[in-house]
Amino acid sequence: MTAPIETTGSEAEAQPEAVLAGVERKAIQGRSLGQIAWLRLKRDKVAMAGGILVVLLILMAIVGPFLVGDPNEPHNNLIDPTLSRPKTGIMHSGISADHWFGVDLPAGRDMFSRIVNGAKYSLLISFLATMLAVVLGVFFGVIAGYFGGWVDTLIARAMDIFLAFPLLLFAIALVGVFPNSAFGLEGNGLRVAFLIFVIGFFSWPYIGRIIRGQTLSLREREFVDAARSMGARAPYILFRELLPNLWAPILVYATLMIPTNIIFEASLSFLGVGIIPPTPSWGGMLNEAKEVYEIAPHFMFFPGMAIFITVLAFNLFGDGLRDALDPRSSR
Amino acid sequence: MRRTTRRGTAVLAVGVSAALVLAACGGGDEEGGGSGVFDQGSKAIVNPSDAKGGTLQMLRTGDFDSTDPGNMYYATAWNFSRLYARTLVTFKSVGGQGNLEITPDLATGLGQPSADLKTWTYKLRPGIKFSDGTPVTSKDVKYAVARSNYSPEVMEKGPVYFRQYLANPNGYKGPYKDPNLDNFKGVETPDDQTVVFKLAAPFAEFDYLATIPQTAPVPKAADAGAKGGVNYAKGVVSTGPYKLDSYEPGKSIKLSKNPNWDTSDPNRKQLLDNIEVQLGVAADEVDNRQMDGSAHMDVQGNGVNAAARSKILSDPELKKNADNPTSGFLWYTAISRQVEPFTNKDCRIAVQYAVDKTGYQAAYGGTTGGDIASTLMPPSLKAHQKFDLYPNNNGKGDPVKAKEHLAKCGKPNGFTTNISYRTERPKEKAAAESVKASLAKVGITVNIKNYPEDGYTGGVVGDPNFVKKNQLGLMVYGWAADFPSGFGFLQQITDPGALKGTGSSNISHIDLPAIAKQFKDVVQLKDEAARNKVYQEIDKAVMEDASIIPMLYAKNLYYRNPKVTNVFINYGYSGMIDYANLGLAK
Repeated sequence: MTAPIETTGSEAEAQPEAVLAGVERKAIQGRSLGQIAWLRLKRDKVAMAGGILVVLLILMAIVGPFLVGDPNEPHNNLIDPTLSRPKTGIMHSGISADHWFGVDLPAGRDMFSRIVNGAKYSLLISFLATMLAVVLGVFFGVIAGYFGGWVDTLIARAMDIFLAFPLLLFAIALVGVFPNSAFGLEGNGLRVAFLIFVIGFFSWPYIGRIIRGQTLSLREREFVDAARSMGARAPYILFRELLPNLWAPILVYATLMIPTNIIFEASLSFLGVGIIPPTPSWGGMLNEAKEVYEIAPHFMFFPGMAIFITVLAFNLFGDGLRDALDPRSSR
Repeated sequence: MRRTTRRGTAVLAVGVSAALVLAACGGGDEEGGGSGVFDQGSKAIVNPSDAKGGTLQMLRTGDFDSTDPGNMYYATAWNFSRLYARTLVTFKSVGGQGNLEITPDLATGLGQPSADLKTWTYKLRPGIKFSDGTPVTSKDVKYAVARSNYSPEVMEKGPVYFRQYLANPNGYKGPYKDPNLDNFKGVETPDDQTVVFKLAAPFAEFDYLATIPQTAPVPKAADAGAKGGVNYAKGVVSTGPYKLDSYEPGKSIKLSKNPNWDTSDPNRKQLLDNIEVQLGVAADEVDNRQMDGSAHMDVQGNGVNAAARSKILSDPELKKNADNPTSGFLWYTAISRQVEPFTNKDCRIAVQYAVDKTGYQAAYGGTTGGDIASTLMPPSLKAHQKFDLYPNNNGKGDPVKAKEHLAKCGKPNGFTTNISYRTERPKEKAAAESVKASLAKVGITVNIKNYPEDGYTGGVVGDPNFVKKNQLGLMVYGWAADFPSGFGFLQQITDPGALKGTGSSNISHIDLPAIAKQFKDVVQLKDEAARNKVYQEIDKAVMEDASIIPMLYAKNLYYRNPKVTNVFINYGYSGMIDYANLGLAK
């Protein structure tokens, strides 16, 4: 705060108090936690790149399907009927001005259109499944952490059981016995809802455990004691005192959960229990490609890259977000 | 009674990583020989030779259903069993479609029928011995038929045509429950050389049944105690040019020369010292090892997979050593006559015109995966006759004609229906997607549904109630005959008499009384040409009814190692390479 002293000139001399006050106000201007985090995040170039990529992917998933052609339209004329591979393009991929990523086998459908449309389902399912997991995880995590005792024991054991489930096998078995129509939904709509349920319902313990741990430490803090001593009841403490202090870890783990769920959805589609063909999905495309990757490597490359880039973008962004919101935690 | 050559795709689970490693082993240098011409083996015997010696190395991704001739159903097993088991009659060992002809094997001639076609008599050749030196008698044949057909609790894998056709007045329960063969009245053995089959109803095509390995003699003494029953598979007593030295399920089969083989056998050759089959080999490895010469042949008989197919066809050096015969399978989409709006024939005809069969062809591997079909019976059957009731731009689809018929059936703007396929079969999935895409062009919306392969015929498309409840208007399916006659091919999939509660392969639910009567009458016709004419009429009648869309006459692509001699396609066994005459060049 040496500036005012060094300041010369009539104005400063004339109104020293005012200048001083102005500088002072600027210098100690308070920043909210959110602003500090945002500044930290802005400085993290890698995280910002990830974030921008995430935004672009979401945009692609939302508006992309309206811009590209029909993902299910076959182009038989582009496939060599004898060699069963695209006639043209680098390494017989069928890549051309009309088909940026080439065409698939055996029907010759536009790969670019299928990748873009696949993003829609991939992101939709992983976002909604993550939301479901977060809601369940936070609810049970806070309750377990705050009440402790037998409630905690019960929920913690339930989490252990859920975590021990051979999830992939379970999902495959469930799809096998699932009816073709239920709850007023049919076909792919039902399958999407089902995938969201399975993925969300079985991944809530991951976030539940973290929230429970955070709650355990928060409930011993002075502000909670204060609220309690003033007669606040459990629901008030849970939702007004504890939850606002948990949003940072929730946001971070939700962001990191999305890529896991993208991979999980892709695995299920790869195994044939995900999105119903011919609706495009990245995992489903990999499944179709696995028989012909030797003659048409592009068929495996593009959906593989789509999954890779999306998962990487979410992970980079999520890591950056964690660093920004919780600088004490180490990687 | 469908005999598929496909054993599912369980190997795929091994996954991409294994395949990547194996791919590196492929593409080795070409080995000697190589005077072949593409598809020569479909028409003639390639590399005919009497050169002796060597060990034939065969590979297979899965395992045989069994090595026991009485307990096997897959075409590849029936073909392979001819190396060590001789049947009463068999398919002729000549190149080209001449091998569809039935020729005497253990018997001195073809079956001698009685006037009413209910009694069939075979005389055994004299001097035939088992590999252990004991002479073969008619009782051994009777025993083989009894154990394979009347003991479902032990022999569960093979077909039971003999039980279906032979008379069984006193309800014989099989030799494992009732060791007294005199109680088995379906087969009589008046002397050691004569086998007489007593049928419950006339059946003109009995000789086809006698080609099934179940008529290969089995000595009762070898099928007893701990070594008997299902375990006989490991100790099969041979009558063929080779004998079974060992069978380790899932691992290997080893054969060596049978010193007691009757060298006057007109249908087989004994050129090799040994035959070794390695089982449980990864699919890509099977293909690559054939091409690089480190193994001689794939014994599975489905041909090579997509990657190898492309490699072979784009390399003239490899291509000249490949064969591309029709396999006897028809890939088709059945239309359910029970599901709206397909109860109306014009709606069915509209689909016949609208489908793009070239898309279907692409799904099954392109032009080497099958030829566009317009009839039910494939050209590998003698009864095949070419006709096309619904010509649609060489299979590309004719939307104009399709719309005409849609208007006639009262659905000018199309309708919505479902198509089913088997989950484990990626080709069927692509086929269903192609049908969906081509029908969309005429306003028909198709939703795709998949069901597990296991039980598809049993409880899904073969169950009329299930089909109706789930509105499966269209069903992706495939069919090959158990024995290569019009009857063997058509009866199960089109005979109203084959409709049973569930598990019927007449999945279109064809219930036309005229066809039922034709099937009843045709088996009483002694003359083969007359029977074939009836089969052609049935084929046309079903096509007129438009309840089956024939898509492709399936073809397989086989690679033949140039060192292997006497290679030819045997159409009697789903058009795969004949195993009974192979040898190795020096």
